[in-house]
Amino acid sequence: MAATTSTPVDLSAALVMTPTALADWLVVLPPALMIGLGAVLMMLRHRIRLHGPIAIAGLALLVLIDALLLWKVLAEGPVTMVMGRWLPPFGIAFSVDVFGAVMALVSAVVALAAAVAALSDISDSGLRYGFFPFLLLLMAGVSGAFLTGDIFNLYVWFEVLLISSFGLLILGSEREQIDGAMKYAVLNLLGTTFFLIAVGYLYAVFGTLNMADLVLKVRSASGAPLMTLSALFILAFAMKAAAFPVNFWLPASYHTPRITVSALFGGLLTKIGIYALLRVMVMLFPLQTEELSLVVAVVAALTMVLAALSMIAQNDLRRLAGYAVIAGIGNMMAGIAIGSVAGLSGAIFYALHSILAMTALYLVIGRAAALTGQWTLQSIGGIYARQPGFAFVSLALFFAVAGLPPFSGLWPKIVLVKASLDIGAWWLAGSILLSGFLSTIALGRVFLFAYWRPAAVPLAVPARLDWRAFGPILALVLLITGFGLFPEWPLALSQQAAGGLLDPSAYIGSVFPTGGAQ
Amino acid sequence: MEVLLSVLVGAFFAAAIYLILSKHSVRMLLGIAILGNAVNLLIFTGGRLTREVPPIIGKGLDALPPGTANPLPQALILTAIVISFSFFAFLLVLTYRAYQELGTDNTDEMRLAEPKDDPMPPLGY
Repeated sequence: MAATTSTPVDLSAALVMTPTALADWLVVLPPALMIGLGAVLMMLRHRIRLHGPIAIAGLALLVLIDALLLWKVLAEGPVTMVMGRWLPPFGIAFSVDVFGAVMALVSAVVALAAAVAALSDISDSGLRYGFFPFLLLLMAGVSGAFLTGDIFNLYVWFEVLLISSFGLLILGSEREQIDGAMKYAVLNLLGTTFFLIAVGYLYAVFGTLNMADLVLKVRSASGAPLMTLSALFILAFAMKAAAFPVNFWLPASYHTPRITVSALFGGLLTKIGIYALLRVMVMLFPLQTEELSLVVAVVAALTMVLAALSMIAQNDLRRLAGYAVIAGIGNMMAGIAIGSVAGLSGAIFYALHSILAMTALYLVIGRAAALTGQWTLQSIGGIYARQPGFAFVSLALFFAVAGLPPFSGLWPKIVLVKASLDIGAWWLAGSILLSGFLSTIALGRVFLFAYWRPAAVPLAVPARLDWRAFGPILALVLLITGFGLFPEWPLALSQQAAGGLLDPSAYIGSVFPTGGAQ
Repeated sequence: MEVLLSVLVGAFFAAAIYLILSKHSVRMLLGIAILGNAVNLLIFTGGRLTREVPPIIGKGLDALPPGTANPLPQALILTAIVISFSFFAFLLVLTYRAYQELGTDNTDEMRLAEPKDDPMPPLGY
């Protein structure tokens, strides 16, 4: 290629010459739509009445796009689109497989539910401050992280969602929020910086950032410091996912923002860390992940048991929910540590369940607090007498979070317990069961005190059901119940996603259709 | 040249970690600023250092002359600089507000969200 004479250049060696098929644009549409709508809402910042309808319509469209994308990926296999028509690995590629598409779809569903719930939770000053633009930009980051096929681009999306989450976290500028935001901001920034350090080293070693290209290069690498790289990636993503020794930013901050914001964070943000852990560690460094699996397993067991114990020790309901999020992270990391198709599909299924259930849990707690005016177990009470229907839905959700039948929390735990017994890790299976048992105690006690116990101060007449607040909760709980009653479909999807991670040949094939560009 | 820069990167990281381990939020901020620069320098060094041949295709040429610098790390660093700068600006304002609202820059005393005397949950029905 070092031609010094002026000959016509063969562009087809560097560029995709055919125009991108219309259907392939679906791959970049989710982040593009969210960034565009976020910008529109910022321009309309004085007309806050328009924010809610536009954001909800946009998120409904996002759900539709992600559903179409999943359908396309299921029908045709992984889809890749490159930016600026540069051939991979030169240009930034967006590659979506079953795993990315299904995570993006469930996240979009949760964001839509949270946007509807925000209508009754976020005040006018919150809207003027820019709740909905931040929400849409957060979803741009989340969708981008799930769909990108370039590891530096993944870092950029991490930062996009991180800076939007800062804005959401301090919505209201209360003293507690500023205190929580300090810890959240500094520790999350450190986590993403570790990620960037690892990416820098990865580039220095392999000279490429495209994940499909990296898979091929890592396989044939010899003498590269892959163990150091893997340890750095695991530390960075464990920090984002709030795994045990590096999880203290989560309970310090997640109870301070508006409850809708907590619901979004609890549902989405930590699961991005799990997604990245699965995508980067399992797909790029399978051998190193296997070598480090004992470390990850110990971290997972400690995370889930200590978080479940902490759930029991909490008085504030929002902090209890924060520890419920962390307990779920332990379960997902257990699946990663097991590493078989069964273990990984258990982890992915648990992630899908956790995105829905944790958002619903925070929304339920917010609703309970709105009905009683109390956040603490000491003083809350009397919800059952006031709204038996809401109490019934809450109990279903508590069962789902604790992993009791017939809800969606049960099946991934069964898969994970069976997978860990299959490899002889009885202590891992035991800690999954112990963590579930402790969560059941903690959530059962919430139901006992908040719902059954008569209110200390007699509450007024049975409250009217506010559908803007109750509708999203009901929809999420119905989804969770549906997943629990008919687990074949999500389980099959999770297995397909896990298979795609363990054997990424279809993913690589979609990035390099001719098998070239080694 | 790479060896020299590697030592410099190590010194940056050491200083950054030392500052971040401090209790005082302003020192932590300085540490984060240095950490961002340490990473940028790391990526720069990781992209291999060459002298004096800029990655520009000259007039009448179709390809880069041999021995040119790799432009990609510079693009990565530019992205990282923009991001770390915006984060630093946000953190600066946040720290200032935290100092105003909480009256301290000592992170040990920032216990508003997690009070020390948080009551126990009810122990009996």
